[in-house]
Parts: sequence; C-alpha cells; structure tokens
Amino acid sequence: MKEERKGRRDFMGMALGACAAVGGVGALYAAKRTWDPLPSVKAAGFTTIDLSTAKPNELVIEKWRGKPIFVLKKTPQMKENPRDIVIGSDRFLVTIGLCTHLGCIPAYQKDNLLFFCACHGGKFDTSGINEPGLPPPSPLEIPPFKIQGTKLVLGEEGPEYKKMLADGIAV
Amino acid sequence: MAHFEKANSLGEWFEQRIGLSTLNRVLNTEYWIPKDINFLWAMGMLLAATFGLLVISGIFLLMYYKPDSNLAFDSVNYTIMSQVGYGWLWRHIHGVGASIIFLVIYIHMFTGIYYGSYKRGRELIWLSGMALFVAFSAEAFSGYMLPWGQMSYWAGMVITNLFSGGSLEAYGLVEWIRGDYVPGDAFLTRFFMLHVLLLPLAIIGLIVFHFGALRLPHVNNQQGAEIDFKEAAELYKAGKKKESKVIPFSPVFLSKDVFVMGVYFILFFYLVFYNFEFAMDPVNFDPADGLKTPAHIYPEWYFLWSYEILRPFGKDVGLVAFGIAQLALFFLPFIDRSPNVAPAHKRGLFVVWFWVLIIDMIVLTAMGKLPPTDPTFALIGKLAAWTFLALGPILVLITSFEKKIGKGA
Repeated sequence: MKEERKGRRDFMGMALGACAAVGGVGALYAAKRTWDPLPSVKAAGFTTIDLSTAKPNELVIEKWRGKPIFVLKKTPQMKENPRDIVIGSDRFLVTIGLCTHLGCIPAYQKDNLLFFCACHGGKFDTSGINEPGLPPPSPLEIPPFKIQGTKLVLGEEGPEYKKMLADGIAV
Repeated sequence: MAHFEKANSLGEWFEQRIGLSTLNRVLNTEYWIPKDINFLWAMGMLLAATFGLLVISGIFLLMYYKPDSNLAFDSVNYTIMSQVGYGWLWRHIHGVGASIIFLVIYIHMFTGIYYGSYKRGRELIWLSGMALFVAFSAEAFSGYMLPWGQMSYWAGMVITNLFSGGSLEAYGLVEWIRGDYVPGDAFLTRFFMLHVLLLPLAIIGLIVFHFGALRLPHVNNQQGAEIDFKEAAELYKAGKKKESKVIPFSPVFLSKDVFVMGVYFILFFYLVFYNFEFAMDPVNFDPADGLKTPAHIYPEWYFLWSYEILRPFGKDVGLVAFGIAQLALFFLPFIDRSPNVAPAHKRGLFVVWFWVLIIDMIVLTAMGKLPPTDPTFALIGKLAAWTFLALGPILVLITSFEKKIGKGA
C-alpha cells in the first residue's frame, strides 16, 4: 500500500474512533443521569414532625425520605449526651432508624433501654451510641433538622444541626 | 452472486442457502466427547434445560406482572396466583427453578474442581463459568425484588447498602443505584428491567461463550487423561466404536444426557407440584413495608455461605472478607500451582482440601440461616469464615508441593 494512502486510512480510522468515543462517553453520561433519583423524589425530602406529643421512654417512629425516624423523649434518668436535641427542658433522641451496619430497623426494647438490630445483632443505647464489638461501626445517624418551636423540620439544616456537624456528631 | 443449482428437495434447498448439515456436523455429530465420564457430566445440559424452563415460565409471568411498587405485590400474589389460569404453575416453576438451578450450578462447579477441569487450557471455561455464576446471582437477586414483599424490600435495602463501601459512606452511590433514598418505585422498575432483559441477555451471551470455550480443550474425563481427539474420532468414524475413546455429542452423549435429565425432571416437577414451599419464603407474603424490618433477615439458601462470611466481622472487615469470598473462586486456575489434571483422590492433599472446602461451605450455609443471637453458633460461623479465607493460601501451598503424576493414559 502506498504511504500516502496508508496515512489517509489511518486518519479516517482515528477520526471514526474519536467520533465514536465522544458519542460513547455522551451515551454513558445520559445512562448515568437516567439512573439518578428523579426531581420529584429529591423534592419530597422535607418532613415536619411535632415533638410536643411525645411521651418519655416511648419510641415514636416517623417517616422521612422513606426512612424511619426514631423519636425518643428521654426520661431524666437517661444519660445526657451532646447528640440530644434540647427543646425547653426536654431532651430528645432523633435519629434515622436504620442500623449503621446494613440498614435494618433496630427494635426498641423499652425495659432494657436499648435498640437491638435483629439482622446482625447490633445494639445502640438511648443516645443512639453503638455498643462496641458488634457489627455496627458508628452511632445511629442524626438527620438534618431545624427546630421551629416544638416542631422539627427534617431535611433542613438549622443552627443546632450545623453545630453538631461541626462537632463531628452528625455526618 | 454465487452459483446455485436448482434444489431437488426442501432439505437441499436449505443446505444450499444456510449449510445446516455443516452446522450439524460441527456442533453435533462430529463434536467428540470422551467415553470415560459419569452422570456428573450431564449437569451442563441440566442447567441449560432449567434455564430454558425459567425463560418459558418467566414469559408467562411477564404477561400479568406489574412492575409498580403499588401493584407488584397483588399482581403476583392475587392476579397470577388466584386469577390467571395455571398462573400458579408458572410461578412455582419459576421459584423452584431459581432455587434448584443453584443446586445444579454448585454440583457443576464442584465437579469441575474435583476433576481439575479448570486448568491446562480450560481456564476460560472456568472463568466464563464463574462469570455465569455471578450473572445468575444478580438475576436471582433482581428477581427476588419483584414480588415486592418484606423480604424483597429488606434484601434490597441490605444488599444495596453494601455499595456504600463501609466507612467510605458512599451513600450517593447507593441512592444512585436505587434512584431514591430507599428502595422504591424507581428501584423496582430498574431491577425489573435488569431481571427480564439485560441480565438474561448477558447470561445467554455468556452461555454461548462458555460452550465456545469448551470446544478446543474438549470436555474433561474421569481420569483427566489426555486424548488424541483426532485419532479417536477417526477410529470412531471408521466404525471401530469400541476401540475409540470418544463418542459424538449427538446422538450418543445427548441420549445419556436426556436420561439424566429425565430423572432430574421427575424430581423437579415433584417439587413444583408438591413441595414448592421451600422456594417461597413466608415472610415475603407480607407486602413491603419500609417502616418494619422482619425479625430475622436471611437470603435464599444459595447465598447463605457468602452472607455468613459477611456477618461475623465488623462492617469494613466484613465487606473485605465478603469481597474476597465472591472473587476467590475466580482465581482457582491460577492459585492451583500443580500441573496435574486428575481427579482429587489421586492428588494427595488436594482431596482433603476439596472436602474441607465443601464441609466448610455447608457449615457456613447452616450458620448463615440462624439468627445472630446465639454466641456458640456465631463462633462456629466465625471459625468457618476464617477457614474459608485461609483455604486460598493453603491451596497455593499444597499444590506447589504436589507430586507430578505421569500421564500414562
């Protein structure tokens, strides 16, 4: 084959390859975006819960972004913790009710004052702290919240939540 | 335009245009299988047949199934099970088939390991077989989501959470896979797509590759003997069938296969008609509820061994151990350092290793089914998990020192 013709074929091959590559990357990006959560799913990410009706040592389960939210009004005997949400003189544990191991819902054992996860045996105390040596690697997560009187808006970041973030309590 | 003569028969007409007899010769009548084999060599055809049954029953289920988180549960448990004529039949074939196909896959895999059918030219068969195992696992998992019961939902939750990578906390990736913060409608429809289209296509492609990879190295035999297939084929074709070490795939090998298949399908349909409950978890007859975890979550029996490897460790170590367990078997042809292709009982310590592996996987399976509350069983599970992880390096060691067997066959 003549040199001149070989150069021309190489060029055509590379041009075709480059166009196909650009198209391929574009298609991959479109595929990635198609798998993204829809805007309607994202927009439904805010929930308001009322804390004034909660009773001490009685777990209330709310729902936020499809996930269960544990709300536990603490009794005075329960240990205080910087993770507590304080409203007036009341202290609340508010966490996402999913085990930090693999996402099962731990059950609250009222008499033992602990959350027990049936999937892999994880335990959390009334401040949501995981018992060491068991599968869960970290405490129950605190969802983004904003205090409005006796109400809590989940999904919004209020000053108390931002302080927890800064202190490394929330993630 | 190529030259065509007028055809004298329908067969000849096709022969001119598509060369069916060549195809038949290459794939059937002159595809040579060793004589020295046993019923375990029929597992591949059992798998192909069971996969066929799954496809056929799946097609009928697809006619009434609704991939919608509000409708899915009833479309399966009400419409298909009690309204559609013989809908129960397709569902039970599909459920039992999905469970039994893994039993046959495991037998097929361990047959390959026992007879050394994964090395010395057969590496691609092993690798494509393992890829098929992964694809079937994904197919089983995605299918398990579809009835949208409690076990579907929570298995989906737990398994997709694995992708957060433990302390990496890649929740963005998890939400991307789900298309939502939790498994929801978007999750159900995309897993429906994977289950009925993308994964079956991948499986069919892999099966073709798996068969193709078998062609040049040929099927192994009970002694791992090297056979001159050309010479043996000439003997057979010359009418010296007794002296030849091989038989053609069709009709001779296939007729043996069909016999094993007959026995297998008696058992299979006995299960479909009379004992299908084992493949239908009772917890999955409660509709999915994101606010209520079942008391005890466990996967189907065929995933229990790898689930148990995940369980006794902390989150990160567990994930790493789980990852190793999923990939370890892929490397078998390369960590087995011995050149011998022979049945395990002729390979010294290898036979011990083989049975320890089987027993260990059975122990892991049994422990994986139990709730995580009993410390004795948790300890047994942990020991079994460590044993599994240790078996890899041990194999390298014992096969490095394995005596070479002379090939007199």
